[in-house]
Amino acid sequence: MFTIEQAEWLAPKVRRLVVRAPRVSSHHKPGHFVIVRVHEGGERIPLTIADSDAASGTITLIVQIVGATTERLCSLSAGDSIANVAGPLGRPTEIENFGHAVLVGGGVGTAVIFPQAAKLREVGNRVTAVIGGRSREYVILEKELSSHCNHVYPCTDDGSYGYHGFVTAKLKEVIEECGDVGVVLTAGPVPMMRAVAGVTRPLGIKTIVSLNPIMVDGTGMCGGCRVTVAGEMKFACVDGPEFDAHTVDFAELTDRLTTYREQEALAWNRLHELTERSDASASRCKMREMEDAAASR
Amino acid sequence: MPTMKPSERMKIPRQAMPERHAAERAVCFQEVNCGYPPDAAATEANRCLQCKDAKCIGGCPVGVNIPAFVEAIAANDLSAAADILLADNVLPGITGRVCPQEKQCEALCVRAKKGTPVGVGYLERFVADWAREHRKDLFEPPAATGKRVAVVGSGPGGLTCAGELAKRGHAVTVFEALHIPGGVLVYGIPEFRLPKAIVHAEVESLRRRGVEIVTDVVIGQTYTIHELLGVEGFDSVFIANGAGLPIFQGIPGENLKGVYSANEFLTRVNLMGAYRFGETDTPIIKASETVVCGGGNTAMDAVRTARRLGGDPATLAYRRSREEMPARAEEVKHAEEEGVVFRFLCSPLEVLGDEKGWVRGVRCIQMELGEPDASGRRRPVPVPGSEFEIPCQVFIQAIGTKANPLLTQTTPGLNTNKWGNIIVDADHMTSIPGVFAGGDIVRGGATVILAMGDGKSAAAAMDRYLGNGSGDAAST
Ligand SMILES: Cc1cc2nc3c(=O)[nH]c(=O)nc-3n(C[C@H](O)[C@H](O)[C@H](O)COP(=O)(O)OP(=O)(O)OC[C@H]3O[C@@H](n4cnc5c(N)ncnc54)[C@H](O)[C@@H]3O)c2cc1C
Ligand SMILES: Cc1cc2nc3c(=O)[nH]c(=O)nc-3n(C[C@H](O)[C@H](O)[C@H](O)COP(=O)(O)OP(=O)(O)OC[C@H]3O[C@@H](n4cnc5c(N)ncnc54)[C@H](O)[C@@H]3O)c2cc1C
Ligand code: SF4
Ligand code: FES
Repeated sequence: MFTIEQAEWLAPKVRRLVVRAPRVSSHHKPGHFVIVRVHEGGERIPLTIADSDAASGTITLIVQIVGATTERLCSLSAGDSIANVAGPLGRPTEIENFGHAVLVGGGVGTAVIFPQAAKLREVGNRVTAVIGGRSREYVILEKELSSHCNHVYPCTDDGSYGYHGFVTAKLKEVIEECGDVGVVLTAGPVPMMRAVAGVTRPLGIKTIVSLNPIMVDGTGMCGGCRVTVAGEMKFACVDGPEFDAHTVDFAELTDRLTTYREQEALAWNRLHELTERSDASASRCKMREMEDAAASR
Repeated sequence: MPTMKPSERMKIPRQAMPERHAAERAVCFQEVNCGYPPDAAATEANRCLQCKDAKCIGGCPVGVNIPAFVEAIAANDLSAAADILLADNVLPGITGRVCPQEKQCEALCVRAKKGTPVGVGYLERFVADWAREHRKDLFEPPAATGKRVAVVGSGPGGLTCAGELAKRGHAVTVFEALHIPGGVLVYGIPEFRLPKAIVHAEVESLRRRGVEIVTDVVIGQTYTIHELLGVEGFDSVFIANGAGLPIFQGIPGENLKGVYSANEFLTRVNLMGAYRFGETDTPIIKASETVVCGGGNTAMDAVRTARRLGGDPATLAYRRSREEMPARAEEVKHAEEEGVVFRFLCSPLEVLGDEKGWVRGVRCIQMELGEPDASGRRRPVPVPGSEFEIPCQVFIQAIGTKANPLLTQTTPGLNTNKWGNIIVDADHMTSIPGVFAGGDIVRGGATVILAMGDGKSAAAAMDRYLGNGSGDAAST
């Protein structure tokens, strides 16, 4: 059992959990993730380690509710516990001095870039973060990032805060204005990562994406997390999750993420019947609409 | 009971294993074999001729004293039978169910020459099940040696090694990557062949013996081997992390929705309980038509599982012929009874998808047997122009696994061969002093009993390495 020491809402449907997992925290490097099973009978889901504190033996997870398992996890509070936390998993981010590193985070993808920022700065990079959210309340970790970055540019789709527009538009601006961007690291919804790759590909700027395929074991044993990179099959949990953005087959990833739509909806409905929340299906439909809108962008 | 004459023994027919009816089991996950009732076990035991030079023993990778335990069954002394069996095999309830007996002990049984061999596996299972239900799990804690040993992986190799080391008084910690211990026994082999309760009982018995089992720890990630020996303070390590990575054929369409590796399919169903989706949260695609590619135990487990999830037909496509199938004979028989369709000399060329990215079928080619290859089996060669399609919504690759590099990659100084399997000496020691290895990570995909055998002999060698006398375990 892994105890939750702190829990708070960062944004609507986005929760920050500080979990005691000393074996994980002492070995955490940027880029790593854990596989979490919330309760007996629960699914194994991958979550990025957003931060860690080896001294207190804790890791920080930033979780967005998108389905039954994340909802269950986010319903927990300080003092509650999680059945299983395995990790750290995946290959750590390659940290070197690229000169100027730009990190692009969308939604909870910001959890991935946060630990990268600190390490990239440590080895001498100039670090810029471009972080996006639908509106003001969805922009997360701005303050925390500020302490590691030379610049942080929040962006909102509706212009309610920071730059009005998508992170890709801001990224273009940063690249043009600075002219010295050596690397772009990005994490977030697949359409966003794909768009970021689209911006940097013609400019030949090295770009690393953190992919989020469906996983089971996280140890290379099942192959469920396979993605196509440079025409080759890779297992994201052991070969990644970070890859060269310019060679990732995003269309395939997008499609494979829809494999369990039907079952996910069942699980969601079941959970909500259990918790007797009547507004659930409405918000679910809303979420689907938003996802579909994002996917078709 | 007065001793029987061999001629009388020879007259007894092999006792059939009571089985759940094929129609019933094609839709449920309960164990197929129900186990001998006591009278059938005694009768079967009486078929054993009690050979002086018992060939069967030579067929058993761990050298179980087969005539002795069988004789004890015939004499109705099940406790003695259990003692004899457990002396050489610590997990008989498991091996009695999953060993390929027809290639091991039973293959060498003299009675196999004229008719059918003694049902060694069935008898082994009978004794093990009796012991689990009727005997108290008594043990004398051995004197502690003060040595600490780490075991990586909780499959049959790791569990056996842990048990043997604990018997010798070493403090053992097993690190398991997944959330439930047991390795392939829990994530791969289905409930209908090996009830998970049996594996859990074995794990609990080890825990009572003081073995610490820590799940959710991935060695190579959470700790490296060098850390285990260094800061974590272990005196020796046994690596039994299994074979791991599934192999894909590299044919077009393998990333369509509805394509699984057998490992993923079976893990979702067995470890995660996806066949009880609703009670559990892990989904699985239930297809009306499934094709599984392969011919080993894994393929057989996958296709029979697909059948139980509603696959009609659930088809097995194997590129060689029935005779070459490496799967246990009993599984093939059961699969056929359950309505699994076998397509021999059939090799998939491409997985076909619909416009939405879902599997709609598989394009195959007919093979014929040509010249023998390196393995001595006749090599299947494609028949030109013989392509055909099999419709399906789920396609499962069960063509094998290869060594998982996760651990070896992060362990400088650990020598592996060109397939990534760890190289060990006759004592199971790797190129790093004090680090031993066994099971599938050394052998490539092998068997439960060979992994157990490795765990057992490695434990003896580790005990010597740790300076604990002769290496013989104190009897328990
Ligand atoms: C390496 C990695 C790191 C991740 N880090 C984080 C993180 O830090 N914070 C966070 O909130 N989420 C993270 N995710 C995504 C997270 O794992 C999924 O959101 C979660 O599994 C969804 O489970 P669910 O039951 O709540 O939703 P479901 O109902 O199962 O799924 C809802 C929708 O989410 C998508 N989805 C399902 N499974 C996954 C998955 N494994 N990955 C991505 N999308 C999925 C599907 O498109 C689906 O339609 C990460 C994923 C990966 C692979
Ligand atoms: C579906 C299937 C059916 C089979 N049927 C039969 C059969 O009927 N009869 C038979 O004799 N054999 C059968 N086999 C083969 C047999 O199961 C294996 O040979 C045997 O399990 C190997 O044992 P092992 O201890 O080496 O490893 P495994 O059983 O593979 O166990 C390895 C364990 O190590 C864990 N692990 C891996 N990496 C790490 C790490 N880095 N850190 C910590 N833990 C780790 C894994 O999660 C796993 O639990 C079958 C195999 C499969 C896949
Ligand atoms: S362990 Fe396997 S080979 Fe040995 S006697 Fe038992 S069933 Fe036969
Ligand atoms: S999640 Fe199973 S191999 Fe990556």
